[in-house]
Amino acid sequence: MRKSYKIRNKTIPLLATVSPVVIWLTLLVAAPLIYVFFLSFLSTDGYNVVFRFSFDNYINLLNPTYLEIYTNSFIIAFFTTVICIVLGYPFAYIMAKANKKNKAVMLIMLMVPFWTNSLIRLNGWKTILGKTGVLNSILIDSGIINQPLEILYTRGAVLLGMVYTLIPYMILPLFASIDKLDDGLLEASNDLGANKTKTFLHVTLPLTFSGVFSGSIMIFIPSLGFFFVSDIMGGGKSQLIGNLIETQFKAANNWPLGASLSMLLILLILILVTIYKKSGGDMKDLGVM
Amino acid sequence: MRKRKAKLGGTLSKIYTAFMYVFLYLPIAVIVVYSFNTSKMNISFEGFTFDWYAKLFHNQPLLESYGNTLLVGAASTIIATIVGTLASYGMSKYKFKGKGIIDALLYVPVVIPEIVLGIALLAIFNLSNIPMGLLSLIIAHATFSIPFVVFTVNARLAGFDRSVEEASMDLGASRSKTFFTVTLPIIMPGVISGAFLAFTLSVDDIIISFFTTGPGSNTFPLKVMELIKTGVTPDVYALTTIVFIITIAIVIVTQHDKKKIA
Repeated sequence: MRKSYKIRNKTIPLLATVSPVVIWLTLLVAAPLIYVFFLSFLSTDGYNVVFRFSFDNYINLLNPTYLEIYTNSFIIAFFTTVICIVLGYPFAYIMAKANKKNKAVMLIMLMVPFWTNSLIRLNGWKTILGKTGVLNSILIDSGIINQPLEILYTRGAVLLGMVYTLIPYMILPLFASIDKLDDGLLEASNDLGANKTKTFLHVTLPLTFSGVFSGSIMIFIPSLGFFFVSDIMGGGKSQLIGNLIETQFKAANNWPLGASLSMLLILLILILVTIYKKSGGDMKDLGVM
Repeated sequence: MRKRKAKLGGTLSKIYTAFMYVFLYLPIAVIVVYSFNTSKMNISFEGFTFDWYAKLFHNQPLLESYGNTLLVGAASTIIATIVGTLASYGMSKYKFKGKGIIDALLYVPVVIPEIVLGIALLAIFNLSNIPMGLLSLIIAHATFSIPFVVFTVNARLAGFDRSVEEASMDLGASRSKTFFTVTLPIIMPGVISGAFLAFTLSVDDIIISFFTTGPGSNTFPLKVMELIKTGVTPDVYALTTIVFIITIAIVIVTQHDKKKIA
Protein backbone atom coordinates (compact mmCIF):
# COMPACT_ATOMS: atom_id res chain seq x y z
CA MET A 1 0.00 0.00 0.00
CA ARG A 2 2.65 2.40 1.09
CA LYS A 3 4.83 1.40 -1.82
CA SER A 4 2.23 2.15 -4.50
CA TYR A 5 1.60 5.48 -2.85
CA LYS A 6 5.25 6.28 -3.09
CA ILE A 7 5.44 5.40 -6.78
CA ARG A 8 2.44 7.55 -7.64
CA ASN A 9 3.94 10.33 -5.61
CA LYS A 10 7.09 10.23 -7.70
CA THR A 11 5.44 9.98 -11.12
CA ILE A 12 4.07 13.51 -11.31
CA PRO A 13 7.29 15.40 -10.46
CA LEU A 14 9.23 13.05 -12.71
CA LEU A 15 6.89 13.76 -15.62
CA ALA A 16 6.88 17.48 -14.89
CA THR A 17 10.65 17.76 -14.95
CA VAL A 18 11.80 15.19 -17.50
CA SER A 19 9.03 15.00 -20.10
CA PRO A 20 9.81 18.36 -21.81
CA VAL A 21 13.39 17.29 -22.56
CA VAL A 22 12.31 13.80 -23.60
CA ILE A 23 9.75 15.19 -26.05
CA TRP A 24 12.14 17.85 -27.35
CA LEU A 25 15.07 15.48 -27.94
CA THR A 26 12.85 12.82 -29.48
CA LEU A 27 11.15 15.17 -31.94
CA LEU A 28 14.07 17.46 -32.73
CA VAL A 29 17.19 15.32 -32.39
CA ALA A 30 16.31 11.63 -32.73
CA ALA A 31 13.49 11.90 -35.30
CA PRO A 32 15.34 14.30 -37.65
CA LEU A 33 18.47 12.14 -37.67
CA ILE A 34 16.47 8.97 -38.30
CA TYR A 35 14.72 10.81 -41.12
CA VAL A 36 18.09 11.82 -42.62
CA PHE A 37 19.09 8.14 -42.45
CA PHE A 38 16.00 7.19 -44.50
CA LEU A 39 16.53 10.11 -46.83
CA SER A 40 20.00 8.81 -47.65
CA PHE A 41 18.44 5.77 -49.38
CA LEU A 42 15.97 7.78 -51.47
CA SER A 43 16.44 9.52 -54.82
CA THR A 44 15.65 12.82 -56.43
CA ASP A 45 13.99 13.79 -59.70
CA GLY A 46 16.14 16.89 -59.87
CA TYR A 47 13.77 18.95 -57.77
CA ASN A 48 11.85 16.81 -55.27
CA VAL A 49 12.72 13.80 -53.17
CA VAL A 50 11.41 10.62 -54.79
CA PHE A 51 10.51 7.60 -52.65
CA ARG A 52 12.53 5.02 -54.52
CA PHE A 53 14.82 2.93 -52.35
CA SER A 54 18.41 2.47 -53.56
CA PHE A 55 22.04 2.47 -52.54
CA ASP A 56 22.91 4.85 -55.37
CA ASN A 57 23.79 7.75 -53.07
CA TYR A 58 26.30 5.63 -51.22
CA ILE A 59 27.83 4.42 -54.47
CA ASN A 60 27.99 8.07 -55.60
CA LEU A 61 30.03 8.90 -52.50
CA LEU A 62 32.95 7.12 -54.17
CA ASN A 63 33.00 9.62 -57.05
CA PRO A 64 36.67 10.64 -57.61
CA THR A 65 35.86 14.38 -57.31
CA TYR A 66 34.33 13.70 -53.90
CA LEU A 67 37.26 11.56 -52.82
CA GLU A 68 39.50 14.52 -53.54
CA ILE A 69 37.27 16.75 -51.40
CA TYR A 70 37.33 14.23 -48.50
CA THR A 71 41.12 14.14 -48.71
CA ASN A 72 41.37 17.93 -48.68
CA SER A 73 38.88 18.11 -45.82
CA PHE A 74 40.82 15.54 -43.77
CA ILE A 75 44.13 17.29 -44.39
CA ILE A 76 42.66 20.60 -43.20
CA ALA A 77 40.94 18.99 -40.19
CA PHE A 78 44.10 17.09 -39.23
CA PHE A 79 46.41 20.11 -39.44
CA THR A 80 43.84 22.33 -37.70
CA THR A 81 43.82 19.86 -34.80
CA VAL A 82 47.60 19.53 -34.65
CA ILE A 83 48.20 23.30 -34.81
CA CYS A 84 45.55 23.87 -32.13
CA ILE A 85 47.32 21.38 -29.85
CA VAL A 86 50.76 22.91 -30.49
CA LEU A 87 49.56 26.50 -30.01
CA GLY A 88 46.96 25.73 -27.35
CA TYR A 89 48.93 23.48 -25.00
CA PRO A 90 51.57 26.03 -23.88
CA PHE A 91 48.86 28.65 -23.52
CA ALA A 92 46.62 26.38 -21.43
CA TYR A 93 49.67 25.41 -19.36
CA ILE A 94 50.66 29.02 -18.66
CA MET A 95 47.04 29.81 -17.81
CA ALA A 96 46.73 26.85 -15.41
CA LYS A 97 49.96 27.77 -13.62
CA ALA A 98 49.06 31.47 -13.23
CA ASN A 99 47.85 32.82 -9.90
CA LYS A 100 44.13 32.94 -9.21
CA LYS A 101 43.61 36.53 -10.32
CA ASN A 102 45.62 36.23 -13.54
CA LYS A 103 43.89 32.95 -14.31
CA ALA A 104 40.47 34.62 -14.25
CA VAL A 105 41.70 37.55 -16.38
CA MET A 106 43.37 35.27 -18.92
CA LEU A 107 40.28 33.10 -19.19
CA ILE A 108 37.94 36.02 -19.73
CA MET A 109 40.32 37.59 -22.27
CA LEU A 110 40.32 34.30 -24.14
CA MET A 111 36.52 34.30 -24.32
CA VAL A 112 35.88 37.96 -25.20
CA PRO A 113 36.80 37.70 -28.92
CA PHE A 114 34.31 34.88 -29.28
CA TRP A 115 31.45 37.18 -28.40
CA THR A 116 32.15 39.06 -31.60
CA ASN A 117 30.60 37.29 -34.55
CA SER A 118 33.03 34.81 -36.12
CA LEU A 119 32.19 35.79 -39.71
CA ILE A 120 33.09 39.41 -38.99
CA ARG A 121 36.36 38.32 -37.38
CA LEU A 122 37.18 36.15 -40.40
CA ASN A 123 36.44 39.15 -42.59
CA GLY A 124 38.94 41.04 -40.44
CA TRP A 125 41.55 38.42 -41.42
CA LYS A 126 40.53 38.92 -45.03
CA THR A 127 41.24 42.64 -44.68
CA ILE A 128 44.63 41.83 -43.21
CA LEU A 129 45.70 39.14 -45.67
CA GLY A 130 44.14 40.28 -48.95
CA LYS A 131 46.15 41.19 -52.04
CA THR A 132 45.79 44.90 -51.23
CA GLY A 133 45.33 44.20 -47.53
CA VAL A 134 47.03 45.54 -44.43
CA LEU A 135 49.92 43.06 -44.39
CA ASN A 136 50.82 43.43 -48.08
CA SER A 137 50.58 47.24 -47.86
CA ILE A 138 52.97 47.31 -44.92
CA LEU A 139 55.44 44.94 -46.57
CA ILE A 140 55.39 46.78 -49.89
CA ASP A 141 55.60 50.25 -48.32
CA SER A 142 58.58 49.21 -46.23
CA GLY A 143 60.28 47.81 -49.32
CA ILE A 144 60.51 44.22 -48.09
CA ILE A 145 58.63 42.86 -51.09
CA ASN A 146 57.71 44.21 -54.52
CA GLN A 147 54.84 41.93 -55.44
CA PRO A 148 51.93 41.34 -53.02
CA LEU A 149 52.01 37.94 -51.34
CA GLU A 150 49.22 35.54 -52.28
CA ILE A 151 48.03 34.48 -48.83
CA LEU A 152 44.28 34.80 -49.04
CA TYR A 153 42.34 32.16 -50.99
CA THR A 154 44.88 29.43 -50.32
CA ARG A 155 44.70 26.27 -48.25
CA GLY A 156 46.94 27.99 -45.70
CA ALA A 157 44.38 30.77 -45.28
CA VAL A 158 41.61 28.22 -44.70
CA LEU A 159 43.82 26.55 -42.09
CA LEU A 160 44.43 29.89 -40.37
CA GLY A 161 40.68 30.60 -40.31
CA MET A 162 39.96 27.16 -38.85
CA VAL A 163 42.59 27.43 -36.12
CA TYR A 164 41.42 30.94 -35.31
CA THR A 165 37.77 29.91 -35.02
CA LEU A 166 38.31 26.65 -33.14
CA ILE A 167 41.29 27.14 -30.81
CA PRO A 168 39.30 27.92 -27.63
CA TYR A 169 37.69 24.46 -27.93
CA MET A 170 41.21 23.06 -27.50
CA ILE A 171 42.46 25.47 -24.85
CA LEU A 172 39.48 25.04 -22.51
CA PRO A 173 39.59 21.23 -22.09
CA LEU A 174 43.41 21.38 -21.92
CA PHE A 175 43.23 24.06 -19.26
CA ALA A 176 40.70 21.98 -17.29
CA SER A 177 42.92 18.89 -17.37
CA ILE A 178 46.17 20.73 -16.54
CA ASP A 179 44.49 22.75 -13.82
CA LYS A 180 43.30 19.70 -11.90
CA LEU A 181 46.71 18.05 -12.13
CA ASP A 182 48.09 17.33 -8.65
CA ASP A 183 51.22 19.44 -8.11
CA GLY A 184 52.42 16.81 -5.63
CA LEU A 185 52.99 14.37 -8.50
CA LEU A 186 55.21 16.85 -10.30
CA GLU A 187 57.19 17.48 -7.12
CA ALA A 188 57.52 13.74 -6.54
CA SER A 189 58.89 13.26 -10.04
CA ASN A 190 61.30 16.12 -9.47
CA ASP A 191 62.38 14.70 -6.09
CA LEU A 192 63.04 11.35 -7.72
CA GLY A 193 65.57 13.04 -9.96
CA ALA A 194 63.65 13.65 -13.17
CA ASN A 195 64.38 16.96 -14.85
CA LYS A 196 61.66 19.28 -16.10
CA THR A 197 61.56 17.85 -19.61
CA LYS A 198 61.37 14.29 -18.30
CA THR A 199 58.65 15.20 -15.80
CA PHE A 200 56.65 16.88 -18.55
CA LEU A 201 56.96 13.95 -20.96
CA HIS A 202 56.38 11.17 -18.43
CA VAL A 203 54.00 12.75 -15.91
CA THR A 204 52.25 15.89 -17.14
CA LEU A 205 51.61 14.85 -20.73
CA PRO A 206 50.15 11.38 -20.01
CA LEU A 207 47.95 12.78 -17.23
CA THR A 208 46.58 15.54 -19.45
CA PHE A 209 46.16 13.28 -22.47
CA SER A 210 42.38 13.12 -21.93
CA GLY A 211 42.24 16.90 -22.39
CA VAL A 212 44.23 16.64 -25.62
CA PHE A 213 41.92 13.90 -26.87
CA SER A 214 38.62 15.61 -26.01
CA GLY A 215 39.91 18.90 -27.44
CA SER A 216 40.91 17.10 -30.62
CA ILE A 217 37.43 15.62 -31.03
CA MET A 218 35.87 19.05 -30.45
CA ILE A 219 38.05 20.46 -33.24
CA PHE A 220 38.46 17.68 -35.78
CA ILE A 221 34.73 17.02 -36.18
CA PRO A 222 33.45 20.60 -36.63
CA SER A 223 36.31 21.51 -38.97
CA LEU A 224 35.02 18.93 -41.47
CA GLY A 225 31.76 20.86 -41.63
CA PHE A 226 32.78 24.53 -41.35
CA PHE A 227 31.96 25.41 -44.94
CA PHE A 228 31.86 29.15 -44.26
CA VAL A 229 35.56 29.21 -43.30
CA SER A 230 36.55 27.72 -46.64
CA ASP A 231 34.11 30.05 -48.44
CA ILE A 232 35.59 33.17 -46.86
CA MET A 233 39.27 32.30 -46.50
CA GLY A 234 39.60 29.87 -49.41
CA GLY A 235 37.33 31.70 -51.82
CA GLY A 236 35.58 28.42 -52.65
CA LYS A 237 38.82 26.94 -54.01
CA SER A 238 39.40 24.65 -51.08
CA GLN A 239 36.27 22.51 -50.79
CA LEU A 240 35.39 20.63 -47.60
CA ILE A 241 32.84 17.89 -46.84
CA GLY A 242 30.76 20.71 -45.34
CA ASN A 243 30.70 22.58 -48.65
CA LEU A 244 29.64 19.41 -50.41
CA ILE A 245 26.71 18.87 -48.03
CA GLU A 246 25.72 22.52 -48.20
CA THR A 247 25.63 22.40 -52.01
CA GLN A 248 23.36 19.34 -51.99
CA PHE A 249 20.86 21.02 -49.67
CA LYS A 250 20.94 24.46 -51.29
CA ALA A 251 22.14 24.89 -54.89
CA ALA A 252 22.06 21.32 -56.23
CA ASN A 253 18.83 20.39 -54.44
CA ASN A 254 19.87 16.77 -54.05
CA TRP A 255 18.85 16.14 -50.44
CA PRO A 256 19.30 12.34 -50.55
CA LEU A 257 22.93 12.67 -51.63
CA GLY A 258 23.48 15.33 -48.96
CA ALA A 259 21.90 12.96 -46.44
CA SER A 260 24.28 10.14 -47.37
CA LEU A 261 27.25 12.50 -46.98
CA SER A 262 25.92 13.40 -43.53
CA MET A 263 25.68 9.72 -42.64
CA LEU A 264 29.35 9.41 -43.58
CA LEU A 265 30.18 12.13 -41.04
CA ILE A 266 27.99 10.51 -38.38
CA LEU A 267 29.76 7.18 -38.91
CA LEU A 268 33.12 8.89 -38.49
CA ILE A 269 32.00 10.53 -35.24
CA LEU A 270 30.68 7.25 -33.86
CA ILE A 271 34.09 5.69 -34.51
CA LEU A 272 35.99 8.59 -32.92
CA VAL A 273 33.73 8.76 -29.85
CA THR A 274 33.94 4.98 -29.39
CA ILE A 275 37.75 5.12 -29.45
CA TYR A 276 37.61 8.07 -27.05
CA LYS A 277 35.39 6.19 -24.58
CA LYS A 278 37.40 2.96 -24.93
CA SER A 279 40.58 4.83 -24.10
CA GLY A 280 38.99 5.99 -20.85
CA GLY A 281 37.68 9.37 -21.98
CA ASP A 282 34.75 10.88 -20.11
CA MET A 283 31.81 12.05 -22.23
CA LYS A 284 31.35 14.90 -19.74
CA ASP A 285 34.62 16.46 -20.95
CA LEU A 286 33.16 16.89 -24.42
CA GLY A 287 30.49 19.23 -23.09
CA VAL A 288 32.80 21.82 -21.56
CA MET A 289 32.76 25.21 -23.16
CA MET B 1 71.68 29.77 -12.44
CA ARG B 2 68.40 28.11 -11.66
CA LYS B 3 66.82 31.42 -10.82
CA ARG B 4 67.98 32.89 -14.10
CA LYS B 5 66.50 29.95 -15.94
CA ALA B 6 63.17 30.41 -14.18
CA LYS B 7 63.20 34.10 -15.02
CA LEU B 8 63.86 33.28 -18.66
CA GLY B 9 60.93 30.86 -18.59
CA GLY B 10 58.75 33.59 -17.13
CA THR B 11 59.71 36.04 -19.87
CA LEU B 12 59.14 33.41 -22.56
CA SER B 13 55.66 32.63 -21.25
CA LYS B 14 54.85 36.35 -21.16
CA ILE B 15 55.94 36.73 -24.78
CA TYR B 16 53.95 33.66 -25.78
CA THR B 17 50.82 34.85 -23.97
CA ALA B 18 51.13 38.25 -25.67
CA PHE B 19 51.57 36.56 -29.07
CA MET B 20 48.40 34.50 -28.56
CA TYR B 21 46.33 37.50 -27.54
CA VAL B 22 47.60 39.49 -30.54
CA PHE B 23 46.53 36.57 -32.73
CA LEU B 24 43.08 36.50 -31.10
CA TYR B 25 42.47 40.26 -31.09
CA LEU B 26 44.16 41.35 -34.34
CA PRO B 27 41.11 40.95 -36.62
CA ILE B 28 38.93 42.76 -34.06
CA ALA B 29 41.41 45.63 -33.91
CA VAL B 30 41.29 45.87 -37.70
CA ILE B 31 37.48 45.96 -37.63
CA VAL B 32 37.45 48.75 -35.03
CA VAL B 33 40.00 50.80 -37.01
CA TYR B 34 38.18 50.34 -40.33
CA SER B 35 34.85 51.37 -38.82
CA PHE B 36 36.36 54.90 -38.85
CA ASN B 37 37.67 54.64 -42.42
CA THR B 38 36.40 57.12 -45.04
CA SER B 39 36.87 54.59 -47.85
CA LYS B 40 33.87 52.38 -48.52
CA MET B 41 35.67 49.35 -49.85
CA ASN B 42 37.73 49.08 -46.66
CA ILE B 43 40.84 47.96 -48.52
CA SER B 44 43.18 50.72 -47.44
CA PHE B 45 42.79 53.26 -44.70
CA GLU B 46 42.17 56.68 -46.20
CA GLY B 47 40.91 58.97 -43.49
CA PHE B 48 39.08 59.24 -40.18
CA THR B 49 35.29 59.60 -40.00
CA PHE B 50 32.29 58.93 -37.76
CA ASP B 51 30.00 58.75 -40.80
CA TRP B 52 29.50 55.00 -40.68
CA TYR B 53 28.08 55.24 -37.17
CA ALA B 54 25.52 57.77 -38.40
CA LYS B 55 24.78 55.67 -41.52
CA LEU B 56 24.32 52.57 -39.39
CA PHE B 57 21.15 54.03 -37.87
CA HIS B 58 19.62 54.42 -41.32
CA ASN B 59 20.52 50.92 -42.45
CA GLN B 60 17.14 49.36 -41.68
CA PRO B 61 17.85 45.81 -42.97
CA LEU B 62 21.05 45.59 -40.94
CA LEU B 63 19.41 46.81 -37.73
CA GLU B 64 16.48 44.53 -38.34
CA SER B 65 18.80 41.53 -38.71
CA TYR B 66 20.42 42.42 -35.39
CA GLY B 67 16.98 42.72 -33.81
CA ASN B 68 16.16 39.23 -35.10
CA THR B 69 19.40 37.88 -33.64
CA LEU B 70 18.55 39.28 -30.22
CA LEU B 71 14.95 38.04 -30.44
CA VAL B 72 15.94 34.51 -31.49
CA GLY B 73 18.69 34.55 -28.84
CA ALA B 74 16.34 35.63 -26.05
CA ALA B 75 13.48 33.28 -26.98
CA SER B 76 15.67 30.21 -27.50
CA THR B 77 17.58 30.95 -24.29
CA ILE B 78 14.36 31.11 -22.25
CA ILE B 79 13.13 27.81 -23.71
CA ALA B 80 16.52 26.06 -23.34
CA THR B 81 16.96 27.31 -19.77
CA ILE B 82 13.54 26.11 -18.60
CA VAL B 83 13.65 22.74 -20.38
CA GLY B 84 17.32 22.20 -19.50
CA THR B 85 17.05 23.14 -15.81
CA LEU B 86 13.98 20.94 -15.27
CA ALA B 87 15.71 18.07 -17.08
CA SER B 88 18.89 18.36 -15.07
CA TYR B 89 16.94 18.49 -11.83
CA GLY B 90 14.65 15.58 -12.72
CA MET B 91 17.39 13.38 -14.15
CA SER B 92 19.67 13.81 -11.16
CA LYS B 93 16.87 13.14 -8.67
CA TYR B 94 14.88 10.29 -10.21
CA LYS B 95 15.73 6.98 -11.81
CA PHE B 96 13.53 5.95 -14.71
CA LYS B 97 13.44 3.69 -17.74
CA GLY B 98 15.21 5.06 -20.80
CA LYS B 99 17.33 7.47 -18.78
CA GLY B 100 20.46 6.17 -20.51
CA ILE B 101 18.95 6.94 -23.91
CA ILE B 102 18.11 10.51 -22.90
CA ASP B 103 21.62 10.90 -21.49
CA ALA B 104 23.11 9.74 -24.79
CA LEU B 105 20.74 11.91 -26.85
CA LEU B 106 21.91 14.96 -24.92
CA TYR B 107 25.44 14.43 -26.26
CA VAL B 108 24.29 14.16 -29.87
CA PRO B 109 23.92 17.92 -30.56
CA VAL B 110 27.28 18.46 -28.84
CA VAL B 111 29.34 15.98 -30.87
CA ILE B 112 27.73 15.92 -34.31
CA PRO B 113 28.88 18.68 -36.68
CA GLU B 114 26.49 21.59 -36.76
CA ILE B 115 25.94 21.06 -40.46
CA VAL B 116 24.42 17.62 -39.83
CA LEU B 117 22.05 18.93 -37.15
CA GLY B 118 21.25 21.84 -39.46
CA ILE B 119 20.24 19.73 -42.44
CA ALA B 120 18.40 17.25 -40.20
CA LEU B 121 16.30 20.06 -38.71
CA LEU B 122 15.72 21.53 -42.18
CA ALA B 123 14.50 18.14 -43.40
CA ILE B 124 12.15 17.59 -40.44
CA PHE B 125 10.74 21.15 -40.59
CA ASN B 126 10.10 20.62 -44.27
CA LEU B 127 8.39 17.28 -43.60
CA SER B 128 6.19 18.63 -40.81
CA ASN B 129 5.29 21.87 -42.65
CA ILE B 130 6.68 24.11 -39.93
CA PRO B 131 7.04 27.54 -41.57
CA MET B 132 10.69 28.51 -42.04
CA GLY B 133 11.44 31.80 -40.35
CA LEU B 134 11.86 33.15 -36.84
CA LEU B 135 9.90 30.28 -35.28
CA SER B 136 12.01 27.57 -36.93
CA LEU B 137 15.16 29.49 -35.92
CA ILE B 138 14.05 29.68 -32.28
CA ILE B 139 13.23 25.95 -32.19
CA ALA B 140 16.57 25.08 -33.83
CA HIS B 141 18.61 27.26 -31.49
CA ALA B 142 16.84 25.91 -28.39
CA THR B 143 17.67 22.39 -29.63
CA PHE B 144 21.45 22.90 -29.66
CA SER B 145 21.38 24.96 -26.44
CA ILE B 146 19.41 22.58 -24.20
CA PRO B 147 22.31 20.11 -23.63
CA PHE B 148 24.69 22.91 -22.60
CA VAL B 149 22.17 24.18 -20.03
CA VAL B 150 21.71 20.63 -18.70
CA PHE B 151 25.49 20.12 -18.34
CA THR B 152 26.04 23.45 -16.59
CA VAL B 153 23.17 22.90 -14.14
CA ASN B 154 24.34 19.30 -13.59
CA ALA B 155 27.71 20.64 -12.44
CA ARG B 156 25.97 22.87 -9.90
CA LEU B 157 23.64 20.09 -8.73
CA ALA B 158 26.59 17.76 -8.16
CA GLY B 159 27.55 19.75 -5.07
CA PHE B 160 23.97 20.16 -3.86
CA ASP B 161 22.99 18.76 -0.47
CA ARG B 162 19.65 16.97 -0.91
CA SER B 163 18.91 17.01 2.81
CA VAL B 164 17.98 20.71 2.55
CA GLU B 165 15.05 19.69 0.36
CA GLU B 166 13.99 16.99 2.81
CA ALA B 167 14.11 19.52 5.63
CA SER B 168 11.89 21.88 3.68
CA MET B 169 9.36 19.15 2.97
CA ASP B 170 9.44 17.89 6.56
CA LEU B 171 8.53 21.40 7.59
CA GLY B 172 5.42 21.12 5.43
CA ALA B 173 6.38 22.82 2.17
CA SER B 174 5.00 21.19 -0.97
CA ARG B 175 7.30 19.71 -3.60
CA SER B 176 6.89 22.64 -5.99
CA LYS B 177 7.26 25.19 -3.20
CA THR B 178 10.45 23.45 -2.12
CA PHE B 179 11.76 23.54 -5.70
CA PHE B 180 11.08 27.24 -6.19
CA THR B 181 12.06 28.55 -2.75
CA VAL B 182 14.89 26.18 -1.75
CA THR B 183 16.40 24.30 -4.67
CA LEU B 184 16.19 26.90 -7.44
CA PRO B 185 17.90 29.70 -5.47
CA ILE B 186 20.76 27.33 -4.63
CA ILE B 187 21.31 26.14 -8.22
CA MET B 188 20.69 29.65 -9.65
CA PRO B 189 24.38 30.39 -10.49
CA GLY B 190 24.42 27.23 -12.64
CA VAL B 191 21.13 28.20 -14.29
CA ILE B 192 22.41 31.70 -15.06
CA SER B 193 25.69 30.51 -16.57
CA GLY B 194 23.76 27.92 -18.59
CA ALA B 195 21.45 30.65 -19.91
CA PHE B 196 24.45 32.84 -20.66
CA LEU B 197 26.09 30.04 -22.63
CA ALA B 198 22.84 29.36 -24.53
CA PHE B 199 22.56 33.04 -25.49
CA THR B 200 26.20 33.21 -26.59
CA LEU B 201 25.81 30.12 -28.78
CA SER B 202 22.61 31.44 -30.33
CA VAL B 203 23.87 34.94 -31.14
CA ASP B 204 26.99 33.61 -32.90
CA ASP B 205 25.36 30.69 -34.69
CA ILE B 206 25.92 30.57 -38.43
CA ILE B 207 25.60 27.04 -39.75
CA ILE B 208 22.35 25.88 -38.13
CA SER B 209 20.69 29.25 -38.80
CA PHE B 210 21.80 29.03 -42.42
CA PHE B 211 19.72 25.88 -42.92
CA THR B 212 16.74 26.65 -40.69
CA THR B 213 15.92 30.22 -41.67
CA GLY B 214 13.28 31.25 -44.16
CA PRO B 215 13.05 33.94 -46.80
CA GLY B 216 13.06 37.39 -45.28
CA SER B 217 14.14 36.46 -41.77
CA ASN B 218 17.81 37.19 -41.56
CA THR B 219 19.86 37.09 -38.41
CA PHE B 220 22.97 39.25 -38.11
CA PRO B 221 25.44 36.42 -38.92
CA LEU B 222 23.39 35.45 -41.98
CA LYS B 223 23.29 39.07 -43.11
CA VAL B 224 27.09 39.24 -42.79
CA MET B 225 27.42 36.02 -44.76
CA GLU B 226 25.38 37.57 -47.55
CA LEU B 227 27.43 40.80 -47.42
CA ILE B 228 30.80 39.03 -47.51
CA LYS B 229 30.14 37.97 -51.10
CA THR B 230 29.73 41.57 -52.28
CA GLY B 231 31.95 43.29 -49.72
CA VAL B 232 31.25 44.17 -46.10
CA THR B 233 30.45 47.88 -45.68
CA PRO B 234 32.02 49.78 -42.75
CA ASP B 235 28.62 50.36 -41.10
CA VAL B 236 28.65 46.63 -40.28
CA TYR B 237 32.05 47.22 -38.65
CA ALA B 238 30.54 50.16 -36.77
CA LEU B 239 27.79 47.91 -35.40
CA THR B 240 30.36 45.25 -34.49
CA THR B 241 32.47 47.87 -32.70
CA ILE B 242 29.48 49.05 -30.66
CA VAL B 243 28.59 45.47 -29.71
CA PHE B 244 32.24 44.77 -28.83
CA ILE B 245 32.39 47.80 -26.52
CA ILE B 246 29.12 46.78 -24.83
CA THR B 247 30.53 43.26 -24.32
CA ILE B 248 33.69 44.62 -22.71
CA ALA B 249 31.58 46.87 -20.46
CA ILE B 250 29.45 43.91 -19.35
CA VAL B 251 32.57 41.84 -18.65
CA ILE B 252 34.16 44.60 -16.57
CA VAL B 253 30.96 45.23 -14.58
CA THR B 254 30.30 41.55 -13.86
CA GLN B 255 33.95 40.87 -12.93
CA HIS B 256 33.86 43.89 -10.63
CA ASP B 257 30.67 42.63 -8.94
CA LYS B 258 32.21 39.21 -8.50
CA LYS B 259 35.12 40.75 -6.65
CA LYS B 260 32.75 42.64 -4.35
CA ILE B 261 30.91 39.44 -3.44
CA ALA B 262 34.11 37.53 -2.89
